[in-house]
Amino acid sequence: MNASNGVAFTPRTCEELFGVWAGQPEARLLAGGTDLLVRLKKVAAWPPLIALERVSELRGIQCVNGWLQIRACSTYCELAEDHFVQAYAPALAEAARDVGAPAIRARGTLGGNLANASPAGDSIPPLYVADALVELRSAAGTREVPITEFFRGPGQTLLQPQELICAVRLPIRRGWREAFVRLGQRAALTIAKVSVAVAVRVERDVVQEARIALGAVAPTVIRAREAEVWLCGRRLDEKTCEAAGAAAARAAEPISDIRSVADYRRAMCAVLVREALCRVSGQRGVHEHA
Amino acid sequence: MSYTLHINGQLVSVQAPGTARLLDVLREELGLTGTKEGCGEGECGACAVHMDGQLVNACLVLVCQAEGHEITTIEGVAAQARWRPLFDAFVECGAVQCGFCMPGMVMAAAALLRERPRPSEAEIVRGLSGNLCRCTGYRKIITAVQRAGERIASGS
Repeated sequence: MNASNGVAFTPRTCEELFGVWAGQPEARLLAGGTDLLVRLKKVAAWPPLIALERVSELRGIQCVNGWLQIRACSTYCELAEDHFVQAYAPALAEAARDVGAPAIRARGTLGGNLANASPAGDSIPPLYVADALVELRSAAGTREVPITEFFRGPGQTLLQPQELICAVRLPIRRGWREAFVRLGQRAALTIAKVSVAVAVRVERDVVQEARIALGAVAPTVIRAREAEVWLCGRRLDEKTCEAAGAAAARAAEPISDIRSVADYRRAMCAVLVREALCRVSGQRGVHEHA
Repeated sequence: MSYTLHINGQLVSVQAPGTARLLDVLREELGLTGTKEGCGEGECGACAVHMDGQLVNACLVLVCQAEGHEITTIEGVAAQARWRPLFDAFVECGAVQCGFCMPGMVMAAAALLRERPRPSEAEIVRGLSGNLCRCTGYRKIITAVQRAGERIASGS
């Protein structure tokens, strides 16, 4: 038995949640628990926990006025299976389908992945290329920030004390194609060495707009903006995909750590971007089998 | 704190701090020791149970979160006649060696077969990807799940 003899609250509404939180300012929010409970395992005295499990305002996925709204406690399973997510945020559905393993996907949540703020968080690059907004709520009210401004560094976000992530909103866009590619030690239950999401809007074979997001190669997920600009006006042939990959890798500032080394990460960045672009262009990627 | 849990078709009342892990409540309070603790971090799947039919790791669910959900443990699955062929297939195929991962493997296999009665090999590998076995090398486990799927689906 581990040292978990603490207090837990299970509010049912945001109002109730903020009431509890005001009385327990040191409390931590618990969503799916797939990151937090692992970290608390090493902690002797647990802070009070506020489980978000039953807060109804934090659950559900819907389309509202041209936006896809994904509430924070949506699980990876829900993201992967939701038809709106599959249609309007396919890279996010793809990332959710492959994260962790079945038991992790059943519990881990989108809001939890954002709050955890790992530069390797699998749901984050897809949100970057979808121009997502993060909806934050506190007792004082709500505010929205672009996902690209939400992260300050590894484990650091714009969240203020007693403020929570209540939803993510994605503009519903037509004519975009997306892909997500990740590289890890194995397919399941692994933190990415490098991850990439791309989104392009193509008309008559020519790229009109492009988004490229790189995960695990900088203190936060980043956009490869020079490569995005370079892509516009070009045809997505094999050469272009390759050159865009090389250009995107120049935006990476990877470190060497337990999972990989900087040079390898940078090199794989180029490969993964090329793969992702090949995939959205309809060509078969080099590493995809017939 | 007092919590009412729905476990293997029965309502049971337990006294535990809200931050107690479902895993500890099952094993220590309720004596359901079929659910094993391996890593305690969601990496190995030895503590896998079903929560409303979904596979979850009982080491990463707290008792306060489990309340109100239907929990099925390996003991509950073992008591259901429909899953008999799954247990038989594991034995016949020699898919069990030390046995420590088995409850979790069977829970993962049962969750998979409920969704996909006749899974492909790739689907089985994916369905069991959160469960580690250090003895068998997985080959016989995959064969067992395939065989069980065929038998359950064909009703034999």
